[in-house]
Amino acid sequence: MEKIVLPDIKDFHLIDVYVNNGGYSAAKKAFGQTPDDIIDQVKKSGLRGRGGAAFSAGLKWSFMPKTTDKPKYLCINGDESEPGSFKDRQIFEFNPHQLIEGILIAAYAIHAKITYVYIRGEYHKWVKLFQKALDDAYAAGYVGDKMKDTFGTDFSVNIYVHKGAGAYICGEESSLMNSIEGKRGYPRVKPPFPAQNGLWGCPTTINNVETITNVPPIINKGWEWFSKIGEPKHPGTLLFGVSGHVNKPGVYELPSGVLLTDLIYNIAGGVPGNKKILCVIPGGSSMPPLRGDQLEGVKMDAESLKAAGSSIGTGGVMVMDEDTDLVKVLARISKFYHHESCGQCTPCREGTGWLQKTLDRIARGEGSTKDLDLLISIASNIEGNTICALGEAAAWPVRFTVTRFRDYFEARVGKSVELPVANKVHSMRHTAIPLAEIKN
Amino acid sequence: MEFKFTEENLKKIEEVLKKYPEKKPAVMPVLYIAQEQNGFISGEAMAEVASVLEMTKEDVLGVVTFYTMFHQKPVGKYHLQVCTNVSCMLRGGYRIYDYVREKLKIENGGLTEDNLFSLEEVECMGSCGTAPMIAVNEDFYENLDLEKVDQILESLKQKN
Ligand SMILES: Cc1cc2nc3c(=O)[nH]c(=O)nc-3n(C[C@H](O)[C@H](O)[C@H](O)COP(=O)(O)O)c2cc1C
Ligand code: SF4
Ligand code: FES
Repeated sequence: MEKIVLPDIKDFHLIDVYVNNGGYSAAKKAFGQTPDDIIDQVKKSGLRGRGGAAFSAGLKWSFMPKTTDKPKYLCINGDESEPGSFKDRQIFEFNPHQLIEGILIAAYAIHAKITYVYIRGEYHKWVKLFQKALDDAYAAGYVGDKMKDTFGTDFSVNIYVHKGAGAYICGEESSLMNSIEGKRGYPRVKPPFPAQNGLWGCPTTINNVETITNVPPIINKGWEWFSKIGEPKHPGTLLFGVSGHVNKPGVYELPSGVLLTDLIYNIAGGVPGNKKILCVIPGGSSMPPLRGDQLEGVKMDAESLKAAGSSIGTGGVMVMDEDTDLVKVLARISKFYHHESCGQCTPCREGTGWLQKTLDRIARGEGSTKDLDLLISIASNIEGNTICALGEAAAWPVRFTVTRFRDYFEARVGKSVELPVANKVHSMRHTAIPLAEIKN
Repeated sequence: MEFKFTEENLKKIEEVLKKYPEKKPAVMPVLYIAQEQNGFISGEAMAEVASVLEMTKEDVLGVVTFYTMFHQKPVGKYHLQVCTNVSCMLRGGYRIYDYVREKLKIENGGLTEDNLFSLEEVECMGSCGTAPMIAVNEDFYENLDLEKVDQILESLKQKN
């Protein structure tokens, strides 16, 4: 299978290798066409955002106003802080130039002269790796003022890295913009949307790292080619980060629509000890979990997962075997969202705290059946009542886990059982693969 | 303690300012520079950042307190960040965390008496596929077991 985002080419992260393999030719091709043509091709390709909401990239670009004197901005979202997500760091490390080339094309399409690449603060190493690639691209004249000579075009764009500092909420697009502006990372009330009122009140487009890395091949090989890969309604390949109880955790690039069971059992090597699967979260920790007996036939793309009662999210597949203490897992997830709530909206700020407290109580064996209904009620009161989608991100896992695993939770309330959740340190060591090999 | 940026760092700040149409957006990168120079972000450092960027001290404080990676008190020479979020938890993250706590006899947010190690329980670091993990300052150590944790702590102690 051909890989689009993380191709199997040795040293592809080096500018010379990238250029020798046709790198930066898509940008040149794009600059020979009109921005509207580019938007049209990306629309027709069916490319959908890889940052969580799976929104059409071309359509998003088309929202940028055409008649305005204000500067326009592109922001690349590399905040990657959703538990279970670890794909964008692979792009920073193994294919940074394709991301840079994608930025050139996207910026051209939306008339942006400045792009900020927001990278989470903890990714010190990947900030450095990406900055090195960016410096090389500047030196070679592919970015910045020299573009005019290199590509023979009037268009030029500057690309700057903005490093986060440890706040999950800054992955939310309006919070990300406030963070770049030097403010606390509070999400903004929408509307107005970023295309109208983004960075410094100017039209702004925000896209995920993986989304933009798909763009150069689409321009080079054509939208028809791309639209035929994987599931027609969500075409292309996706980077799946598989973690938890599998023999070969890692990031795998596969066509959309791959069977979840194939991904777990064939690609990621199955479950250690051939244990049964209790639960899978298919798209990062804020997405509804699936029961082990719900996995058969589930395909990994936005539409199929929606039909199965979950969501593709960021493609972070978290696998839990039958010995997992799901109450502790859910309590840990709730602790995360409580910690990361920015505190602007009462339902989110207070609700996430109650969720955590109630789940901790159940985990200690001091819960009662009433607590299960209480959890559902708290979750429902958060959903739809907040400024940003962190509210849903906190509520969904609770509501869906408690509903889908009702028996499990009922058996658990009132009883304190020591299920071994964290006993895997020694048993699985031989299977974990080093970072450098993940790509294969 | 008084805080003034070094000449070298003032030059770095000048470079940073070129990225943005105004001064305020430079607050995060400039706070990083202050933290690197001072070890943590003191009240004096915040005042200096505010003056360099023409912001109010309150605005700078607001930013510092919003982000977990800006430290308002000293951390150890080696700041250990152990992830206990789900993917790590499933592969022994809490075993690692508890082990480090017991071994160094410090709790979350604590600092050893010799100022060598500080400990922080952190949220997902993007190492879920190579879990469990500890970050030591800026470096990630992944695919850990207790034996490897021992080796890491020993080698850091040896360096001093
Ligand atoms: C709480 C929260 C956290 C988010 N974190 C990220 C993130 O880390 N990376 C990302 O690309 N998108 C994240 N998103 C989604 C962004 O708001 C935005 O939809 C996305 O970056 C758009 O890019 P795309 O259309 O290319 O997917 C997050 C959303 C929410 C509500
Ligand atoms: S929903 Fe939560 S994270 Fe989002 S703005 Fe409201 S309080 Fe902040
Ligand atoms: S859960 Fe620990 S790195 Fe993701």
